[in-house]
Amino acid sequence: MPADIFVRRFNNGLVFFLSVAALTAGSILITQYDVVAGFTSIAKAFAWGARNFYPDHHAMARLPEILRKLWQTVLMSIAATTVAAIFAAFMAMLGSRTTRFNALSSILVRGLASVFRNIPLVAWAMILMLAFSQSLVTGYLALFFGSFGFLTRAFIETVDEASLDAVEALRATGAGYFAIIFQAVLPSCLPQMVSWLLFMIDTNIRDATLVGLLTGTGIGFTFDLYYKSFHFHEASLVVIMIVITIIVIEMFSNYVRRIIL
Amino acid sequence: MTQVSQFPGRPLLSGRPLLEVSQLVKRYDAGKPALDGISFSIRKGEFVSVIGPSGAGKSTLLRCINRMIEATSGEVSFEGASVGLLDRKNLKRLRSKIGMIFQHYNLVERLTVIENVLHGRLGAKSTLAGAAGHYSREEKRQATEVIAMLGLSDHLYQRCDRLSGGQKQRVGIARALLQDPRMILCDEPIASLDPNASRNIMEQLKRFSQEMDIALIVNLHQVNVACKYSDRILGVNAGRLVFDGRPEELTPEKISQIYGAESRSLTAELGEQYAS
Ligand SMILES: Nc1ncnc2c1ncn2[C@@H]1O[C@H](COP(=O)(O)OP(=O)(O)O)[C@@H](O)[C@H]1O
Ligand SMILES: [Mg+2]
Repeated sequence: MPADIFVRRFNNGLVFFLSVAALTAGSILITQYDVVAGFTSIAKAFAWGARNFYPDHHAMARLPEILRKLWQTVLMSIAATTVAAIFAAFMAMLGSRTTRFNALSSILVRGLASVFRNIPLVAWAMILMLAFSQSLVTGYLALFFGSFGFLTRAFIETVDEASLDAVEALRATGAGYFAIIFQAVLPSCLPQMVSWLLFMIDTNIRDATLVGLLTGTGIGFTFDLYYKSFHFHEASLVVIMIVITIIVIEMFSNYVRRIIL
Repeated sequence: MTQVSQFPGRPLLSGRPLLEVSQLVKRYDAGKPALDGISFSIRKGEFVSVIGPSGAGKSTLLRCINRMIEATSGEVSFEGASVGLLDRKNLKRLRSKIGMIFQHYNLVERLTVIENVLHGRLGAKSTLAGAAGHYSREEKRQATEVIAMLGLSDHLYQRCDRLSGGQKQRVGIARALLQDPRMILCDEPIASLDPNASRNIMEQLKRFSQEMDIALIVNLHQVNVACKYSDRILGVNAGRLVFDGRPEELTPEKISQIYGAESRSLTAELGEQYAS
């Protein structure tokens, strides 16, 4: 009966709403979080920011040092992403339905990719810090592993979705596996794969800042140093430079995407 | 039964036919087999159409010949060699001598016409040269020549996703011809084309079959087209060969045998063709 459906839907909605309300109230009570103070402090934070968080001329003197660190972080992100992309492309060929050796290779690759992808970046950084302590290598590898998992998955889907009738045609001419990969699969999929690579570079430059806070390297660490030593003007300059860099990189990758797709 | 050549000027093959298929069976799953014991043979340069209702097993039959699909039992022999026994290397060599043309053209759409045509040479290359896509000057010259024969010279460096259906199919034919094949397998080559493009494609196929002495096996679903161009017609129904003869021998009764319930409209179509 149609009436039943509406009643049931209303009841489901009510249960859901009450559950969320109970969870929220419970969390607030347990952590003794003051909701009103929480909101008013946002306004205070802005006021404080306006007074202290802008670059002054002392900060500008530090610009070359900041740019050097930023450059280092950007290069590290690009290196980690592109190397990960090469490994991921190789794995994607083993994982995709069209190009895999057999069903087993596909299952193994997909499993591996989802393990790497589902471990958050910060967790990777923490795990790797045990082995490599706080160093640039730790950051590099953390970004590498995360990107590898994500890109393998994205590349597998790219190859699966490209309609690759041409693979059948090339197989029928007697072409070998590598000829088929390089002459049919990659030419069809490369633009989409490059687009994923650019997306990953964007993401990794943002994340590298965070990872740097943990691993004590790069631009993230520079920010941390200035901030903790109350050099707020310098810290604000770091933030501004990061934002500008991210915008520039994003504009660049959008431009490249427009050309290749 | 088919050893008498229909082309008086052409010498008879001294030994065995080019292709011999015997008792071919393909079973995809536990149910009815897609091919249920098919036997026939094809001579050098012969133009053979395969007709039958959809799901009869035409595509399966074609793909069992070059082992794109592995047959369950039976034997295929090409130029006297048993196809089922070939190892990987020799299977590739066999495939390089058999062209294939598809309903949906199966081109690498982002690549240019000449690049797609040159793919016809990949079967004859070493792993490294194939992966690198390295083609000799002579191969490029041949590709240009074949493209010119098919009237696509103006589109040599055009990307294939810019071409019309008929043009794409001509690229498919050029790719097959560049293999320098003894035989070309065509799976519904005109099913996605308009009547004009269809006629053009069929005429090109006929011409190459005659001029270059290439055997053709063409899956078709238009009986009138099959009659017009073929030396011989094979009729398949539910995985069995129910007709093997010259177009003149294809009577309305035979057609209804091949098509079963579908036959009424098809005989009407054929009648119209004869009337016009
Ligand atoms: N990959 C496959 N797996 C299972 N059954 C298939 C497969 N391909 C074809 N078939 C079945 O085999 C039969 C013959 O198919 P097909 O050779 O494509 O016929 P046709 O080309 O004459 O239309 C059909 O019943 C079809 O459903
Ligand atoms: Mg078919």
